[in-house]
This record gives sequence, structure tokens and C-alpha cells, in this order.
Amino acid sequence: MVGGGLAGLMATIRLAEAGAEVSLISFVPVKRSHSVCAQGGINGAVNIKGEGDSPDKHFDDTVYGGDFLANQPPVKGMCHAAPGVIYLLDRMGVMFNRTSEGLLDFRRFGGTLYNRTAFAGATTGQQLLYALDEQVRRHEAAGLVKKYEFWECLGPILDGNGDCRGVVALNQIDMSIQAMAGDAVVLCTGGNGIIYGRSTLSTTCTGTAVSAAYQMGAVYANGEFIQVHPTAIPGADKLRLMSESARGEGGRVWVPKKQGDDRAPRSIPEAERWYFLEDKYPKYGNLVPRDIATREIFDICVNQRKGVGGQRAVYLDLTHLPRATLDRKLGGILEIYEKFVGVDPHEEPMKVFPGVHYTMGGIWVDYDQMTSIPGLFAAGECEYQYHGANRLGANSLLSCIYGGQVAAASMIRFAAGSAKRPAGRPAGTAAEVTRWTELQDRIARMDGPENPFQLWRELGEMMTDNVTVVRDNRQLKTTYDCLGDLMQRWYRIGMTDRGGWSNQTSVFTRQLWNMLELARVITLGALMRDESRGAHYKPEFPERDDARFLKTTMARWKKDGPQISYEPVDTSLIPPRKRVYTQA
Amino acid sequence: MNVRLRIRRQDRPGSAPRWEEFAVPHEAGMNVIYCLMQIQHRPVTAAGGATAPVAWESHCLEEVCGACTMLINGRVRQACSALVDQLDQPIVLEPMSKFPVVRDLMVDRGRMFQDLIRIRGWIPLQGTYDLGPGPRMASTTQEASYVLSTCMTCGCCLEACPNVNDRSTFIGPAAISQVRLFNSHPTGAMNAAERLEALMQPGGISECGNAQNCVEVCPKSIPLTDSIGQMGRDVTLHAFRKLLGS
Repeated sequence: MVGGGLAGLMATIRLAEAGAEVSLISFVPVKRSHSVCAQGGINGAVNIKGEGDSPDKHFDDTVYGGDFLANQPPVKGMCHAAPGVIYLLDRMGVMFNRTSEGLLDFRRFGGTLYNRTAFAGATTGQQLLYALDEQVRRHEAAGLVKKYEFWECLGPILDGNGDCRGVVALNQIDMSIQAMAGDAVVLCTGGNGIIYGRSTLSTTCTGTAVSAAYQMGAVYANGEFIQVHPTAIPGADKLRLMSESARGEGGRVWVPKKQGDDRAPRSIPEAERWYFLEDKYPKYGNLVPRDIATREIFDICVNQRKGVGGQRAVYLDLTHLPRATLDRKLGGILEIYEKFVGVDPHEEPMKVFPGVHYTMGGIWVDYDQMTSIPGLFAAGECEYQYHGANRLGANSLLSCIYGGQVAAASMIRFAAGSAKRPAGRPAGTAAEVTRWTELQDRIARMDGPENPFQLWRELGEMMTDNVTVVRDNRQLKTTYDCLGDLMQRWYRIGMTDRGGWSNQTSVFTRQLWNMLELARVITLGALMRDESRGAHYKPEFPERDDARFLKTTMARWKKDGPQISYEPVDTSLIPPRKRVYTQA
Repeated sequence: MNVRLRIRRQDRPGSAPRWEEFAVPHEAGMNVIYCLMQIQHRPVTAAGGATAPVAWESHCLEEVCGACTMLINGRVRQACSALVDQLDQPIVLEPMSKFPVVRDLMVDRGRMFQDLIRIRGWIPLQGTYDLGPGPRMASTTQEASYVLSTCMTCGCCLEACPNVNDRSTFIGPAAISQVRLFNSHPTGAMNAAERLEALMQPGGISECGNAQNCVEVCPKSIPLTDSIGQMGRDVTLHAFRKLLGS
């Protein structure tokens, strides 16, 4: 098991229940995994409010919200399993909010008309992760699970048939490298938003393990589909989410009309403010759908250079609303803003900017969650299967847990089917350990002028400028070429840490290469997809083009850059229709 | 303008600690994490000498994972929510003192996770197959328990507790509060006695000296002293019952 977030822990529990011995490799103590950052909730059509909701409606919303790019059968399976997943979490002791009868409460979320989202305060992801962590700890106490925390999967070990038989792993504390054998391996390693420098993701979400598998032959799918949330709180170190409910309660988005106006926001008179969303969309105003709000804010700041103080920021203003109303309805999220920005949003408009938030694409898997490498499985945000071209809110926690369940069952079946293999480690194991050890030694000796963290900053800024919200073929082409330059510069890195103990710089340098490989997949996929679908928007090709692109992008690693091909999408259950949210 | 930092460095477990001073360019809204990132970009001390980047642990940077806990100007807290403009300079960074140092600001908090095994911190699920909904729960119970369940196992309360030290095996406030969490759940309550037994062992609840530092430093405002008080009463009651053989 590689990764200890929701998907990894769910799969671990199911494997342990089946009597399997599990080695669980994680960068961080699993209780600190990125799943803790999810706030809103988890979807499941329990129909608690008598609205006539059903798993089939959940299925339709999910496929429609994803602009028909997801293969439909697994999405249907997920939506039908969702109520059972929520009940299971309830039995595990998740402190979900309750109705007056003591039943689970559900709330509304984006992309649906039903109260379908179960939630535990504003930290649902954290609460779900903790519940699974506790169950895994129980199996750990019983001896079925062994955790390798502060360890990293460097890459899969393939046998002579090309089957995955284990991984090579690095102990990030003492820097030792060793092979770990397994009847089956599953990657549950999350998204890759760190490629964009600052995002709403946690520091380990680089996609490095998936990239390593891709470089050893695993197919990577729909890389170009990256979700950007319209309102994140810019921070020097990362972007933190500011919930859509701030606009729902009357928050207004604006920038100073005069470029570079550096006056304090409240001293700028009304007539000198530009409420650009209200201007352009008089009907929906600040509550246009997420992708539209994101595109407009991005355009103001990046193309028109009209961001607040020349920065990439717009104001999200609540100061005109009564303090009591704000505290009653938005208290929690306003506290987060105050804590991290040090400014009181009751008194001063918040500064927000779209932030890279979720990786819809990922390693290709079949309906059993197996990658194109036999014996190597994947679940959670690191794979591509459930969200198509755009993910609906509160579907990510669900897809992690459901995908983990499916993967575990498939792994047990796979291991049983390959029981006739000769015992012991496959030939080539030692060679793989040597290969990774030599790479680490080579990195330790690097003595060029480049700093890996500086290259990462440049990568992030370039990707954020050119491969997020609005995409232009000329810029994509330039970006793709510049990625090649960054890869050349990678070889000229100088190691600033020569220590052989907890060397974070060496680890980061290796992962940076893997980020560059995935950045190529994302950029080339975007360049070649001449249409607009979900989160992928090209003004040159503003419409969805089902004839040419109702297809999954499939990237295969080649030394000189990814080889792209396309696979048809299974739309056998819901015929594709135009996606329009302007009329409810 | 520069931000001045004074950081306690240690290359590996057992090696001698030393102090290094740094100056990084000030940026609006920056936190302590960003200072450390700037040092990664340019690992040079204030005196101009080349050094290795500072090692530290962090993950979510939103104060929900607990990873980046350290001593900042002598106070234990998360580095992500420590804003430079609200701190006196030089900003003094040290690893937590109640856990073994791994390197620089990284410490090994593994004992806290082991303690969660010790108190059997889980609902004893029969299996994860579909058995329908869980037990009903009053909103008031959920609200009280939710606060307890936001514990990030960050270690602030252990760091601040005078009874957690080299000479004691005290389990500390976090794990005791987790016993309260699981014992207040309708299913978890079925195994309440097991968890109370764990708190009656050496290093258990009787070693709390009631200093009440824990509740002052908890970043999630968990009512740790209430938890300790209530578990203390439950343990006493449980001991009496055992004595009476019922």
C-alpha cells in the first residue's frame, strides 16, 4: 500500500479484513495525510429530506458535471454504493452533524439540486480520515498492518512478464533504500497540484510515485484536467480555500478600476471599484458557476494585470454586511482567514485568487482499479476514473473510499490468481535497488549552479500562467518547450545539503524530475485537445467537440516526451447532452 | 527589510545542537513556514556562511494536520499559523523538547500514535460490509464529541505538560481525551471499561498533576482539562465497581 489517505486506509482495512498482510508506506504519519484538508462533506443519495433524490440522480449529476468524459459504469457503481459508504463511516464513529431526530444531516452542494452531502462540521475530510486511521490502528495492533511512515515509494518492481511484484522504497529519515515484495501493489498517492507551485494541496502532493510508475510504462489518463477553485486565499507558502458560501451570503468580488491603485480598499470610493462579475453577468452576479468565476478572475489578474496592487488577487468583500449575520453564517471560514492572513474580514475585504485544487486526471485504471501494469492498482485522486472533465464538490471523499474498496477486492482476486508464481523476489529486484541507489548518489554529488526549489518556483509560475484556467495553443507550445529547458537545467542543480540523514533537498530534487515529467503530460494533453470541456477551456475552440474529443487522453512515457493517444469513453448509460448551468 | 530568525540546529539524533541565525526578505502576510522555504532557496546564515537548509516537518499548512508543530519564541504551536508580523524578532525556532529530535526542527512523535493503540482508540467494528446506519445520536452529543475528535495528535499538550518528562511515563492529555471521545459514542461505550483500564495502568491518568497548561496551548481549543476530570471520575467509579465485584 503506497499512501495513507482515505483511499489507502480504506483499501488497507479491506485487505486486512480479508486476512492479507499489508505494508503501508507513507510520506507522513497517515493521520496527517492530505485528506484532512477536505472541508465540505461526502455525497450519497440517502434522500433524508424527502426530495426524491436517488443514486441514479447522483449518477446523472456526476456524469453531467464531469462533461461526459468519465466512463459511466464505474461512476454508477460509486453512486449506488454511496449511501452504504456513509452508513459505514457513521458506524465507525464519524461525528457527522445530526438532525433533530438524531439521524445524519445532509446539505446542498454545487452541481446538484438535492441535499445530498453528509458533513462533520467544516472538517469532514479530517473526520473521515481519523475514523479510517483508527480502524487501521486496530489491525496494526492485531499484527496485520505494518506502517512505514516517513517512507517513500521510489518506483514499482516489475518481473520478467512486466507484472508488478513490489516496490523500491526510501526511508526518508536514514535515507536507506530497500525492496519490498508484494503479491499486489496499490498506489493511493493523491493529486499532483504541487506541480503548480502553490495550490490548495499539501506539500507532498507532487504526483511523484505515479510519475515513477508512468515512466516505467503505466498509462496516464486525462492529465490536462485540473480543477481550479475560484476563491482561494493567496499565501506566500500555499493557497487556502475560501468557501463559495461567502458569496452565497452576499460577498462581492471587485478590483480597483485604476491599475496599480495601492490605496487601502475601504478608502477607494464606490465609483472607483470594478465589480467585474456583476458587470458581465448581471443575472448571476458573484454567483456564476465556479469555472466561469475562475476564468474571469484569472483574466483580470493575469491578462489584464488589474489585480489588487498588481498582485494576483481580487477583493472578496463582506464588509458591507452586518457583523452579526457574518458571525452566525460564516464564522468558521472567517476565522480561518483571520488566522492565516492576520486581517479581520469584517473590517477589510478578503484578498482571493483562483487556486489549483484537484487532479481529475491520473494514472489509468480499469474498472477493477488495476493500472496498465498487471499487479499495480491505484485508487483515490491519483487515478482518473470517476470525475471526467470536472469534479463535483463532495464527490472526492466518496471516490477515495469507494475506489479503495474496489481496489482491495481486486487485489485479493489478483493475488489468488497468481498464487502459482515462484516464491521469493523476482529477478531484477537487486538491479532496481541499485538503480535507485545510484540515482540518489548522483543527486548527492550534483554541484551545478541551479537551486531545485528555485526551479520548482519557476515551474509552478509557468504552469499556473499557461496551463490552468484559460489555455492558448501558442502559450501551451511555448510552455512545453520551456519544460524541456527546465529538464536540462535540472541536470545543473547543485546540492545544498550534503548530509546523509533526513536530506529533504535530495528527496525534493528527485521528485522535481518526476513533477517535470507529469507537467509535460498535462501540457501536451492540453495542447492537443482542441475543444473546451469541463475545466479545460480554450477560447480558440470554445465548444465541446464530442465528434473529435469525447475520448480519454492516454499518455505513454517516451524519453523525448509523452506519446498521446485516445480511447473512446463508455457513454452506454447516459447519452451525452449539452452542459448548461445558466438555466436551472 | 529582513526577518531575523534564530534556529536551533541538530544534524541527527544524539549530535550536539547549535544555533544559527538567518535573515530572509520580508513579504506581506508571510508565516514561519515561508521563512523556512526562503532558507531552502538560499541556505546562507545571517553572517554569510553557507549551511544546509533547515529540516522541518509540515504537510497541510492549514492547521488541520498537526505536522509543523515546534517551539516558536518559546511557545509550542504550528508554524503554518504563526504569522511573522505578529512575532517578536529574532524569531526563535526550536524543536519540541518532549520528543526525540530527528533533525533540526523535526521530532519523533511516534509514541503518541502508540498511545492511541494503548487506549484502544477505535470503535470495535465487526466488519466494513454494509450493516445499515450507525446508532442515532443527539445533536448535543455530536457537538460535544466533534470538538474532541478534532485532535490532530500534534503534541502541543504534551510539550506544555510538566508531568510529561524524562522521568515519567505519563500518557498525556491527548490520549485521555480520546478515551472520553470513544467512551461517549454509543457503540464505543460498550468497551468503555477496556479504555478506563488502560488509564489505570502506570503512566495513566493518576499522573496528571492538574497544571492545566494543556488546555492553554491546544490549537483546537479542546476542553482537555474537562476530559481529564471526567475520565478521572469514570476511572474512580470503575475501580469501585471492580472492588465490589459488579
